[in-house]
This record gives sequence, structure tokens and C-alpha cells, in this order.
Amino acid sequence: MWWRSASFILDRQQELNATVPPNPESLLLSSPPSSMADSIQNPNPNISAYYQTRAAHHAVVTSDWLAQAQAAVSIQTSEEDSSGSDGRVVPTGGGKGGDKAFSVIDEFDSWRKQPDLAEAVAAIRALAAVIRASQATTMMELEIELKKASDSLKAWDTSSISLTAGCDLFMRYVTRTSALEYEDFNSARSRLIERAEKFGEISCKARRIIAMLCQDFIFDGCTILVHGFSRVVFEVLKTAAQNKKQFRVFCTEGRPDRTGLRLSNELAKLDVPVKLLIDSAVAYTMDEVDMVLVGADGVVESGGIINMMGTYQIALVSHSMNKPVYVAAESYKFARLYPLDQKDMGPALRTIDFGVPIPSKVEVEKSARDYTPPQYLTLLFTDLGVLTPSVVSDELIQLYL
Amino acid sequence: MDSRRSARTVSDPKVRQVGFFTPAAPPERTCSDPPRQQDLIQPQPPSSTQVNDHSPSGDSLSPVMIPPPPHHHSDTLLRTALQVTSPKTAFSYSAKTVTIPAENDDVPSSLSPSRKVVTVRSPSSYPGVRASSVPASELTTVSVVNLPPGISEKAGGASVEVQNDRPVSSKSLKEKTSKAERRALQEAQRAAKAAAKGEGTKASSAATKVVTSANTKPSKAAKPSSQKNDGSQFAASEKKAGDRAPEKDRKKDAPHPRMQYDDTSRVEKAKKRAVVKQTEVRNRVELFRHLPQYEHGTQLPDLETKFFELDPMHHAIYKVGLQYLSGDIQGGNARCIAMFQAFKEAIKDYSTPPEKTLIRDLTARISSYVSFLIECRPLSISMGNAIKFLKNRIAKLPLALSESEAKATLMSDIDRFINEKIIVAEKVIVKHAVTKIRDGDVLLTYGASSAVEMILLHAHELGKQFRVVVVDSRPKLGGQLLLRRLVRKGLSCTYTHVNAVSCIMQEVTRVFLGASSVLSNGTVYSRVGTACVAMVAHAFRVPVLVCCEAYKFHERVQLDSICFNELGNPDAISKVRGREDINYLDGFVNRENLQLLNLVYDATPSDYVSMIITDYGMIPPTSVPVIVREYRREHLWS
Repeated sequence: MWWRSASFILDRQQELNATVPPNPESLLLSSPPSSMADSIQNPNPNISAYYQTRAAHHAVVTSDWLAQAQAAVSIQTSEEDSSGSDGRVVPTGGGKGGDKAFSVIDEFDSWRKQPDLAEAVAAIRALAAVIRASQATTMMELEIELKKASDSLKAWDTSSISLTAGCDLFMRYVTRTSALEYEDFNSARSRLIERAEKFGEISCKARRIIAMLCQDFIFDGCTILVHGFSRVVFEVLKTAAQNKKQFRVFCTEGRPDRTGLRLSNELAKLDVPVKLLIDSAVAYTMDEVDMVLVGADGVVESGGIINMMGTYQIALVSHSMNKPVYVAAESYKFARLYPLDQKDMGPALRTIDFGVPIPSKVEVEKSARDYTPPQYLTLLFTDLGVLTPSVVSDELIQLYL
Repeated sequence: MDSRRSARTVSDPKVRQVGFFTPAAPPERTCSDPPRQQDLIQPQPPSSTQVNDHSPSGDSLSPVMIPPPPHHHSDTLLRTALQVTSPKTAFSYSAKTVTIPAENDDVPSSLSPSRKVVTVRSPSSYPGVRASSVPASELTTVSVVNLPPGISEKAGGASVEVQNDRPVSSKSLKEKTSKAERRALQEAQRAAKAAAKGEGTKASSAATKVVTSANTKPSKAAKPSSQKNDGSQFAASEKKAGDRAPEKDRKKDAPHPRMQYDDTSRVEKAKKRAVVKQTEVRNRVELFRHLPQYEHGTQLPDLETKFFELDPMHHAIYKVGLQYLSGDIQGGNARCIAMFQAFKEAIKDYSTPPEKTLIRDLTARISSYVSFLIECRPLSISMGNAIKFLKNRIAKLPLALSESEAKATLMSDIDRFINEKIIVAEKVIVKHAVTKIRDGDVLLTYGASSAVEMILLHAHELGKQFRVVVVDSRPKLGGQLLLRRLVRKGLSCTYTHVNAVSCIMQEVTRVFLGASSVLSNGTVYSRVGTACVAMVAHAFRVPVLVCCEAYKFHERVQLDSICFNELGNPDAISKVRGREDINYLDGFVNRENLQLLNLVYDATPSDYVSMIITDYGMIPPTSVPVIVREYRREHLWS
């Protein structure tokens, strides 16, 4: 089934050509909530938009995959044609926002395309755009509008944890803090926008903080095993390299989107000794490893992390060999989720390229991420400080209660 | 300490009778005891006992009941007038009579034979009363306990404090007097205490503080003087006095006296003392001697006959107490709600006596109610928290408020608590928990938890396809009630006893458990057997979800299920109802070498708990302290 998914590249082409009919997911804020619910379907509910973006940003795209994706595009377009016509939102007549067709999701999508922008930040920027576009005259109206927008964003890509967390965080900020402080609606509004703008910087700053915090843990001569491509982890390693630390990095390949390849490329540019491993060689090399450093898609309430597929097994192996597992994650990735086991999350599926045709009878595990329980993690490096997993829940409770 | 302990060793553990045993019980009376005293004492309602636990000042109640330590020798120190009055008067709040046996093993001479009754007037008139009580508690000597070696070691450190609670008299008496007498004495002391409480003196509360260990001390100033007295009077106790003083100070300073439960031995000893005095002889497992053993079944008629004699006891309270006693009301939430409803009734009918303030008097009144309820059955932790809440509300009432307004406020507070903390909380829990149930799940539950029942029913209403395994255990078989309700609603159920839990666990995908309380180290304090189920689930890598309202959280830390627990009726496990053919234990129940243990609760270490679902959301067991903190803050602010 993987060929049904339009790749990010195809999406981009579609945008460029502008030949594609309006995206079915485009949403008019003024539309009644009922139609909104219908309209906010992710075009490919089977595929995690989050991982598509990640792939776009980090993956090494192979030519055969591209070809397959190209082949799929025709199917995709025709499907979208049909679905687009049904799913199209009809603005209610005379709605006050009717003249100005604004879509959070489009907004979010465009922010998301920026490789350096975290998903949560993109979400918050998109919400800020909602505020800008809104014609609400009271705080309450604005709040409701924002709520709708964030709900639609969250529903659009349920697989992205940091998107959800970002929306929640911003909503929290709107409802809790600022609304009460400013009697004047306009100043409150501009304050919110300003805050949203700042958030992008904060997220970059968070990475810096984390990188600084990590330096104490990276000692000369150590060997670090990393998995996947994480901007934070890369920042950490880069800082360490700049600080003239002598260390060695083992990169897993990170199938199927091969994010490890990219990380190894980047590290090689920094003259850090890198060794590439295939994903199955983790246990084999664990003897030489001094610490495992991974990023996180989301940090959940138990203190565990949700991260790219393979993190769990790496954590298990390193736990059994008594190697520390460090997680670098910004605090906006903290999410009010509590998976009990691997299957207890919304699935985030992605395409997997095996290089050879797979018989249709063979099932393929397409999940893009797994959940690592807190007992296998040693420490979390966040912009709030270096935390043990159990503190995550405390922070979350304080944030959301 | 050791020497003392040995001197006072208790040969046989005794069963504590719940309140209302009629005087018939004590057959022989020794000379030391005046006959009249017994009469006096017996009729007194248990309410008087343990008033202290809920001193107005004390924030925390001990949920697991420690039998009230009578310590009224303190009063003797007061040198207040002694007089014996009828039991009724003792209860009246205006004037208290206290019968105090003042005997000490160590120093029999000073106070020896006489039993003193202290008449205490309203606190205002005798400010000294308060102070006096505190020192009294300190006087007491080491309790004698036959502990298994391991425990005694532990206890050693803490024992000093415990002793305080115990009246000096008790020791000496024990040797000399019959059990009946001792009991009588104890009763008298309790009555006295209650009386003192009723007056609104905090003194009594202070004395008991040690027992509950939760109570804050009302009077600090009084202490030093009292201690001096102690020293002079009881040479033997001097050595201890030194130790005590710092300890007590520490207690005062500590915001949360509950924490002291860490030194379990102290509490154990306090409890043990009380047990010793009880009449009924029953062999009990060594480890659990510190727990009150309630004698079941016989008290009810007596209680009923006492109904009209119990002046200060509101009928609603009385009713609830009887329901606890008979087991008609079970389950943490049900008991808590029933108690609050009864309190509401009582508050409605309450009128402040002349020359009293509502805040003081009502608090004392509530305390006496609570101690009555404790007599009927030890409080659960949730009830302790609820009472804490109520007392806090009373204490925070503005003075300017008129009586009717104050009553209305309190009643609405109670309603609010029931609604917000119990009913709505449960709904929120259900909402959270349902998200963890997927189609095809096999859910296992143990015993009967109201929250779990609601979760299962709600998930069923939502059309989720799942199976339920209800695991049950003797003797309560609470699971059958749950099973009945589930089956009636059309859920597909399996019913088994806990013996088979390891077999059934293979097919289970989620374990949902209720809890009586969650302690701040994440330990789940729940129906006995829960730990077993959780451990088996853990071994099978099945997630264990504990559903517990936040008002049941407690800041205490508990590492085992020994130091705090409740003992059920041992007969319940020695006999199987309806199986007359299994009568192997007939006639053996009172044998020296047979010990029956019917525990009511156990503690599940947090390692075995995957998640705790509360009204604040789903949290890991490590975050319980955060909830406790937030919850308390909420209380303080509201």
C-alpha cells in the first residue's frame, strides 16, 4: 500500500504547478464546526504527515523511491480530485470571515516546510496567524476561534506529538496567562502574537541550552551512539565538537528514511569521527559505546519518550549492558500522553522501501515510532534542566493543572 | 528501655472490643478498682475515645486506627480537682470528669493506688488544662510488647515516644489488676479524654498527638513545665524525658506529622498498648499485634440499647456508625459519603451552647463523632482526609458569621466536597480510563471498586468490545457484587478467585484496580490481595492501572502493609459459611498456638503500578507527591 502515498516531493510539485485542485484539508475558520470536522481530514490518513515532513527535511531520498512516488502521483491526484469535491468546505453564507478564506492548516503547512522550524513552533506560528486573521472583538471570541483552529490542527495530524503539544501549550498560554492581564483586547491580542513570534526564538534557544547542558556529560574519548536525526542531538554534538571534545559517534542507519546517513554526513563535515551502523548492529557495537544519545518526537507523562522506530530496542540493549541512555528534547515536546505499551498510541505510519517488490500477502509493519518506557532512560536533557524521567510528569502537572 | 519492656511483657495478645461491650464482660475485679468505677465506665460510649486524633489543630488524621491510648495521668499532674461523676456528665461538654488511674510501675508510691478524677471546666476558665495534657503524654513509660526480634529492634528507637501516650497507670495496673479492671480504667480514661475534648480544650488532643502522630501540638509553652513535673514525679522516666523533648519539638516543627509514621515502631507500640488492655484473649500473629483487633458481632445489641443514653451523639452519626460496624456500608467512597451526610445532619441540628464559640465547640463535637466512628471501624485514609477538610473549613469560618450562616456554609462545603471530590472526580477518572480500553482487551479487576465498575460500564456503553475477568477472594467476596452488576449489564465476564490469578493473567491485557489510598511514595494501599494481583500482572508484563480519586491520596510513606493496617474478624477466615463439613478449626480458635490473621488491606509497591488514574489525569506513581502538594494547596486556598 505504500505507493498510494504521495511523497512530500510530489506535494511540492503539486504546489508549484498549482494544477492541483484546492486541498481538501483547506479549512475556513468561519465554517460551522460540523463541516469543519469533516473537512479536516489529513489527505493521507494512513501516512503520518509528521514523518513526511521529517523525511523531507532529513532523509536521503533514493531515486527508486522517487520513481515509485512519481508513479503514484497520478492515482493520488485522481483520488484527491474526487475527495476534494466532496470534502470541500462551503463557507456559510454571510459568515463574517467568509470573505477571507484563511486556513490554519495551510499556514501550518507553510511554516512546517522550513527545515529549521520545529513542528511545535510551526503550530504556534500558525495559531498566531489565526489571531492576526481573526476579526474577533472579545477575548472570548478569540479564544473560541483559536480553540477551533488548534483542534483542527491537532485533528489534521494526530500522529505529531509536538504539534499537539505546541497547540496545547499555546492555548494554555492564551487561556491562563494573558487574557486576564490585559483589559484592552487589542493589547492582549498583540501580546499574544508577539508571544507566538517569540516562541520560535525560544525553541532555538532551547536547543542551545540543551547543547550547553549536555557538554558536561560528553567526556573526552567517549563513544556516543545516536539514532536517527535529531536537530537537538546534532546541536549537542556540534557544540561538543566546537568545544574541542574528543569523541566518536556511532550513527545508526535509521531505516527506512535513512536519517542516520544524513547525520553522519553532517558530522563528517565537522570532522567528528563517525561510524555508520546498520540498525541491527546496535547490540553488536554496544560494548564500545559509552552512552546513547537520542532525540525525541515527544516526551510523555510517564517520563518515557516516543521516538523514531528503533529507539526502544536500543534503550533495551543499553539498559541490559548498563549504558546510560540520554534524551535531548525541548520542553515543548512534553505531551499529556500516557502510553501503556507500544500499541497504545495513535499509529504514525510511513512508507517503507524494501527495494524489492513485496508480495501483497506479506504484511509490513509501517509504524514510524516506538515508545521507550522511562525505566530504560537515564536522564532527559531539556531546556528546563537535566531531568530524571519522573520529573517530566511533575512539570506537566504544574503546567496543565 | 529494654529492661522495662521485659518487665512489662505481655503474655497474651488481647482482642480489642469495639466500644460497647457491656459490663458483663469483666468478671473479676481487683481490690484496687472501686466497683463503682466500672459502672461508670462501661456505659460510656466509645465516642469518647480517640478524640484527640482529630484535634482542631491537627491537620491529619490517622486513617488507620490506633486504639486510643489513654493517658490521663497528665491530668493528675494538673493537680486539678478530682471527682468522679456519672458517665453522662463526662460526656457533656460543660463539665468533664476524668477517672484517672495513676500508677506507675516504676514509681508506684507517688500516685499509686488512687484513681483520680479530674474535673475540667471549660478551657477558657482553665487555660492550664491544655498545657497539662501535653506533659502527661510524655510521662508514660515504655510499652511492653512481645515483638519478634526483628521488629523490636526497629521499634527500639521509636518506642520512647509511643510510650508517652500510654498512661503510667496502665503498666502497674496490668500486673495487679484483672483485665476487666484494666479495661475499665482505660474506658474511664478515654471518657475523661473525651470530656476534656468536649470542652474544647486542646489538651487532650495534644496528648494523643503522639498516637496519631498527625496532630500538631497546640501548646508548646506548657511543655517544659510539664516535663519537669514528670521528671520529679517519675524518676524512672527522666531518662526518657530527655529523649522525648527533642522528639516532640521536632514533631511540632514538622509541618506534616504524618511523616513520622516512618518510625513505625512507635505507632505500633502505641497501638499495642491499647490492645493489651482489652479483655478478649485471642492469639494473633506476632507481626500484627500492634493493630487493634476488633471483636465482631457481639456489640451490636449493646449498641442498640445504648442508643438513648448517648446524649452527645447525633442519631445520624450513630446510625452510620452502626452501619460501619455491621458492614452495611463498605468501600472508601461509600463510607466517606455516608460519614459526611451524617455530619451534615449533625451540623444541621447543631446549636452552639452558651458561652462557646461555634468554631471550637463544633470542632470538638466533630472530633467526638469521629472517635465514635473509629470505635465502630477504623477510619480509612480517605475519611481521614475528608475529616481534615471539614475541620479545616470549620477552622476557617469567619468569626463574624452568624450561627445559621456558618452552618449553611459548612453544609454547602460538605456537599461541594462530596460532589467535586468524589462524584465528579469519579466521572473524570472514568473519562480518562476509558481511553485506555481498546477493542479486544481483556480487563482484569480485583475485588469491587466503584471507580472500576463505572469505568467498565461506561466502556461498555461506548460499545467497546472487551472481556472482564473479575478476581475475587475470601472472605469478603466483594467481587461477586461487581460481577452481578456487570453481568446484568451484559458484559462478558469471567469470575475467578485470586488463587487462579497466575493462570488467568496470561490472557489479560490490562489490570484495573481500585485503591483505598495512594501514598506519596506511590504505594497503593488497597484491599488485601491487590498487591498479589499487581505483582502477578507485573510478572506477566500486563499494565496495572490504579484508579483512585485524588482526595484519597496521602502524604504518608508506607513501605509495607504491616505498620498500618486493619484486622478483620478472624472468624471470617477460620470458618466457611455454608460449609459445615469444613469445621476443622472448631474449638481451636482460642488455642495458644493458633494465630489467625485476617488482614483487610495491603500495600502495593509502586514498582508494580504502571499508572495511576486520578481526577487530575493519568500520572505515574512517582508523581503522587505532586498531586498531594497541589491538592493540599487547593485546600488551603479555598
